[in-house]
Amino acid sequence: MFAYEFMTNAFAAAGIVAVVSGLVGYFLVMRGQTFAGHALSHIGFAGATGAGLIGLAPLWGLLAFTLAAGIVMGALSERISNRDVAIGVVLALALGFGLLFLHYYTSFATQATALLFGNVLAVDHTMIATLAMLGVITLAALAAIMRPLIFASLQPELAEAKGVPLRFVSTAFLAIVAVAVSACAQIVGVLLVFTLMVGPPAAAQRVTTGLWSGLFVSAALALAEAWLGLTMAFYTDWPVSFCIALLSALAYFATLSAGTSHAHAAG
Amino acid sequence: MSVVTLDHVTLRLGNRAVLSDVSFGIEAGEFIGVLGPNGAGKTTLMRAILGLLLPEGGSVKVFGHIPHRGNPAIGYLPQLRTVLPDLRVRGRDFIASSLNGERWGLPSFSQHDRGMIEETLDAVGARDLAARPLSEMSGGERQRLLLAQALIGAPKLLLLDEPLISLDARHQEVVIDVVRKVCRERKITVLFSAHELNQLLGTLDRVLYLGNGQAVLGTVDEVVTAPVLSRLYGTDIQVLRAAGHIFVMSRGRDVERTDHLHDHHHHGHEHGHHHHH
Repeated sequence: MFAYEFMTNAFAAAGIVAVVSGLVGYFLVMRGQTFAGHALSHIGFAGATGAGLIGLAPLWGLLAFTLAAGIVMGALSERISNRDVAIGVVLALALGFGLLFLHYYTSFATQATALLFGNVLAVDHTMIATLAMLGVITLAALAAIMRPLIFASLQPELAEAKGVPLRFVSTAFLAIVAVAVSACAQIVGVLLVFTLMVGPPAAAQRVTTGLWSGLFVSAALALAEAWLGLTMAFYTDWPVSFCIALLSALAYFATLSAGTSHAHAAG
Repeated sequence: MSVVTLDHVTLRLGNRAVLSDVSFGIEAGEFIGVLGPNGAGKTTLMRAILGLLLPEGGSVKVFGHIPHRGNPAIGYLPQLRTVLPDLRVRGRDFIASSLNGERWGLPSFSQHDRGMIEETLDAVGARDLAARPLSEMSGGERQRLLLAQALIGAPKLLLLDEPLISLDARHQEVVIDVVRKVCRERKITVLFSAHELNQLLGTLDRVLYLGNGQAVLGTVDEVVTAPVLSRLYGTDIQVLRAAGHIFVMSRGRDVERTDHLHDHHHHGHEHGHHHHH
């Protein structure tokens, strides 16, 4: 399997993205903002197709749109009383725009599936370098705001009283999520970012209640699912994203049922 | 020495003057029960003491200084508004997050920090909660954990915003007992806001009654009287004493109890206002 360069490339790219997604996703789940992550990826779809329309690589359009949307969402979040509805409306609008851009750039249409469901087997060295760079930026930024982020996520009222700039922290976090989503979409596509960004951290939080152990399990699970998914796809010829999505769901439901049976012992 | 001093203070939320031209001083080591109808400004007053809300007029002084955000001498237990329903974070990590939680970078705790956390957990009898996830705790257990958190770092002033809300009578007693015991031992000044005066009668030194934009600080006998409360509620109030209890009645209804029913709705609303500025 590793005799093929496209497979080694895929393993490298999926590995980078899985670790970043598992770590960033852990906080997304802790903050109860998974829907925002989902919305960012859809908004990114419009950016990616828009970039195609003006002759840029989809990744840059994806990044530009998710970053802008993340920052706007972070800045507005406290003023939008019913966040889910507002996000849902913007999300649907973004997908609509994505369709419009595709409509005007018809030769790009073949890439639509790759954008929506990922195309990790087509990753080249340049993309790996780009993903590695995005990964380093994301994790460095996450490390910088991690302490106030945890405080603000768990106890916003108290964090505010202790001097945490809530709006800055939530905006910075959504910007981090935006970059992670863009990287993640390169592997599993905009529709399936949940498989790496939400499935593994949600499973990790069922397994352990500690912060560091949770982060570790989340990243390890994401990595295992990504690499096992690639392996499974190689031998079955099924789409990679399907395999990763399947493993992610299996892991989550396994921890869910295991968690209920020995929840008290674990406590 | 006065721990908290208000000198002709006016506090405004949006267009509404919550407190206008209010003056009082709270002495070191006092246990103050903060009472009053909904919207009287209990939370707003605490936010002003924390430095989260600037007075429109007059001056607020805490330990002789203008309040500033993040004062380590103040322990704060906000009214429990934000509870993520499925928060699978263990108790110890939850309260540890507040310790120097405003610093940038990765969370890290010194031996001293850890010692402080454990000691405070013991002080409020919450050691058994340290390893359990929040999603599996009852309201009373969470409140005990939050109380431990408010006490970390040896604060000199404790602001407890409705710590008894949504607890049953037995857990309310536990919370009051713990606060009384720890704060007497450590000589901490306490502002304890509540809906029900009676549970606090044996514990409080003085009562701060808010209402109608005004505030009256004094002993229970001075403050909880028909003339004073009629002024604060802006309606005809009767105060009845029976069997060691005090009943504050308006036209035959117990105002404390009827208030209580609306509490959650109201404070959610008020909270919404805080974030607009």
